[in-house]
Amino acid sequence: MLEETGPEWLSEEVKTGTTIIAIEYNGGVVLGSDSRVSAGASVVNRVMNKLSPLHDKIYCALSGSAADAQTIAEMVNYHLDVHSIEIGEDPQVRSAATLVRNISYKYKEELSAHLIVAGWDRRNKGQVFATLNGLLTRQPFAVGGSGSSYVYGFVDAEYRKGMSKEECQQFVVSTLSLAMNRDGSSGGVAYLVTIDEHSTEEKVILGNDLPTFFDQ
Amino acid sequence: MEKRCTDSQVKGVSTGTTILAATFDGGVVIGSDSRASIGGEYVSSKTINKVIQVHDRIFCCMAGSLADAQAVTKTAKFHLSFHSVQMETPPLVISAASVLKELCYKNKDELQAGFITAGWDRKKGPQVYVVSLGGMLISQPVTIGGSGSTYIYGYVDAKYKPNMSREECLQFATNALALAMGRDNVSGGVAHLVVITETGVEHVVVPGDKLPKFHDE
Repeated sequence: MLEETGPEWLSEEVKTGTTIIAIEYNGGVVLGSDSRVSAGASVVNRVMNKLSPLHDKIYCALSGSAADAQTIAEMVNYHLDVHSIEIGEDPQVRSAATLVRNISYKYKEELSAHLIVAGWDRRNKGQVFATLNGLLTRQPFAVGGSGSSYVYGFVDAEYRKGMSKEECQQFVVSTLSLAMNRDGSSGGVAYLVTIDEHSTEEKVILGNDLPTFFDQ
Repeated sequence: MEKRCTDSQVKGVSTGTTILAATFDGGVVIGSDSRASIGGEYVSSKTINKVIQVHDRIFCCMAGSLADAQAVTKTAKFHLSFHSVQMETPPLVISAASVLKELCYKNKDELQAGFITAGWDRKKGPQVYVVSLGGMLISQPVTIGGSGSTYIYGYVDAKYKPNMSREECLQFATNALALAMGRDNVSGGVAHLVVITETGVEHVVVPGDKLPKFHDE
C-alpha cells in the first residue's frame, strides 16, 4: 500500500461491473442499465450508456469486460447491416441474438462479456434473448451483470405476465435502483430504452430521480 | 457457470444458508432455511434448525462454519443464563448480542461464524443485532445473512417497511426465504421462522411445498 505502483486504473482491466435488465411486454421491450465503468476500485466512466443499438429496433445491453462487450456489439452491428441488406427488410431479433451467441460461444475462452439482446420485429413482436456463455434462450425478462445477483429475489417476486409498458418501465427503474444501491460496481444514472412497433425511445434517469427505499 | 457464482467461496465463510431477522410493530421475526451442505455438492441435512434459542425471548441465527457457530452459541447460552441469574432479571437483547460479539472478536483468528440476534426485552422492545465475522456489532431494523442473502438484498430493500403488522412481517420473511432458496443452490429445505413478542414465542415451520411460488414455478 505504500509502494508507488501508480493509479489502479492503469493496471486493472476495465470492466462494466454492471446491472442490466431487459423485459418483454405485449407490443415491445424495455431495456435498462446503470452507467458505471470501473477499473479495479476506480470509476473510470460514470455516465456510460451500456445499451448499444444493433439495429433500428434491436438493442443489446453490455456487461463484463468493457472492451469485449463493445467489440462484440460493433461486430454484430456490422453483420446485421449486411444481413438486412441481403434479406431486404429489417432483421429478426433472433438473428441478432444468434450472431451475438455465435461470437460468444466460439471465443468463450478468450472473452468475458455477457450481452442481453432485445428488440421488436414484425414476426414475433417484442423478444428478449440471453446469450450468457454462448447459450441462446428466449426469456420473458433477463437480468445480468454483477449487480443482478442482488435483485434476483426482487425480480422473481415482482414480475408478472401481461404488464403494460409503463409498468415494465417502472419495474426496470426500480430494479436498477435497488441493484445500484447494493452493488459497488453499479451506479450513476439509469438508461432506459423502450422499443415497440412505432418507435425506439431512449431515456436517462438521473441519480436523484431514481426511486428510494426505506433506508434512504 | 458464471464467474460470479464463486461469491460463496469468496466470502469463504457462508456455508450455504439464508438467515434473516426483521422487526415489526410489537415484535421480531427471525428465520432461516434448513439445508446443511458439504462443499455445495452434497446435502448433509435437509432439516437442520439454524435458529437457536439463547434465552426466553432471545434467539439467534448462525451463518458460517456450523461447528464454530454451535460452539459459540452454547458458550453464549451459558454466559447469558448466568448473567440473568446475577441480574435477577431477563437479559437484554443487546447483552446476548454482546456476549456473542465478545466471543467472535476475541477469537477472530480461529472462528468463522457470524450471527443475527433478535429478541424482545422490556427496555427497548423488539430489536435485531448483527454480529459479523470479525466481531462488529450493529443494530438494524432488518438484516439478512448467509450465501443466499445476496439474491434477496433487492427484495428486502424494496419490500421491508418499518412497523409492519405481525402477519405482513411473517409474509415478508417467508417470501424472502423462499426467493433466496429458489436461487441459491446451497439453501433449501423448509423455512424455520420464530415470532417473538412481549407475550411469547411462536415457531412457524413452512415446508417446502407450502412455500410461496413465484412467476416461473
